[in-house]
Amino acid sequence: MIREFSSADVLFILMAIRWTLILSLIAFAGGAVGGMVLALARTSQARVLRWISMSFIQVFQGTPLLMQLFLVYFGLAVLGLPIDPLLAAAVALTLHASAFLGEIWRGAIQAVPQGQSEAATALALSYGDRMRHVVLPQAMRTATAPTVGFLVQLIKGTSLASIIGFTELTRAGQIVNNATFQPFLVFGTVAAFYFILCWPLSLLARQMEARMRLAVTR
Amino acid sequence: MYRFNFQPVFDNLDMLAHGAWLTVQLSFAAMAIGLVVSVLGAVAKTSGIKPLRWIVDAYVEVIRNTPFLIQIFFIFFGLPALGISMSPNTAALVALVVNVGAYGTEIIRAGIESIPQGQIEAGRALALSPVQIFRHVVLKPALRNIYPSLTSQFIYLMLTSSVVSVISATDLAAAGADLNARTFASFEIYLVLTALYFLLALGFSTLFATLRRVFFDYPAGR
Repeated sequence: MIREFSSADVLFILMAIRWTLILSLIAFAGGAVGGMVLALARTSQARVLRWISMSFIQVFQGTPLLMQLFLVYFGLAVLGLPIDPLLAAAVALTLHASAFLGEIWRGAIQAVPQGQSEAATALALSYGDRMRHVVLPQAMRTATAPTVGFLVQLIKGTSLASIIGFTELTRAGQIVNNATFQPFLVFGTVAAFYFILCWPLSLLARQMEARMRLAVTR
Repeated sequence: MYRFNFQPVFDNLDMLAHGAWLTVQLSFAAMAIGLVVSVLGAVAKTSGIKPLRWIVDAYVEVIRNTPFLIQIFFIFFGLPALGISMSPNTAALVALVVNVGAYGTEIIRAGIESIPQGQIEAGRALALSPVQIFRHVVLKPALRNIYPSLTSQFIYLMLTSSVVSVISATDLAAAGADLNARTFASFEIYLVLTALYFLLALGFSTLFATLRRVFFDYPAGR
């Protein structure tokens, strides 16, 4: 039965935004932890750690997110776990976010002048204290703008979770479209919702970047 | 315990290789046409004609702040409502062009703006002809400045293009999905697919790095 595209459908799509947001938040939180570990490993003295973290980042930045989602989705079965779209999407997006945040934060850490680390070492600060009180606070200033920029990429990336059957914003749109067959209207509405989520973040990232550039040139 | 079975994958490697070739073709076609869109977009943006700039700005913002998956759904399923119907492969190409055109517009604009006015004046002071100025003073340094962004955009485009398999366009991911539907060796198939995409990305970034060394590796004052 084909029915009209009604306000109930808009509400259904609107409610699905929370799953897009939840998935984005899980991936961002997990990615922040993973990214921090990767960034520290990438900038460490130990060659093995540098090599492992670099390979991880290269693999996840050099393969499609869609393939990563499928691999984790079918990989759950290999590990004998039940196949759950939310779990698969959360794990895949977390790994994906870890790689990208790790690379962004590595750059930020390396942008802190070497002398800062040397001065901290000269003051007999331990590695932990040096990172926590000297290097990371300064790296954070360079890292915020690209991190917010990556958040936009991550929110857009969650749309691919619909392909492995997780009902978030995109899949809610597909479901409504299957019932109403108004693709122009339905996908236009879905696109508008994504735009409302992402655009403010893009503007914020750009504004932060401009302010940073000003601070650097001044 | 799960038992790995790579036999279906190895029996159909030719099918996957053909899929990879389609992905490369699709990516190159999308990048080539996308670059034309990008140059037009960048010229429109820097032209100083306000309505033109607004249109391009809106295009860039809309594309950059919505998922590619929704863009391809809109083009493939939504546009027929306006009487514009396309085959899956054409829709895939159009969607990729529209997508890469938005990112490319920003890259090319940055390239145009990266050439200081004084550099062009210096060229004129050295009695270079306008053609020489364009070629050696504007084009080559601008290309050199945007080369890293353009090439990483290409690789990103190639990885994104795997999404076109959802509208049943033919590419590497679609070849894998076909094989999966016939043999159900899902994990093994996607493992090999992921590896193939990785090899493509690695191969092209190595190629681009070599080309950069050949064409743009000369000292430049900053």
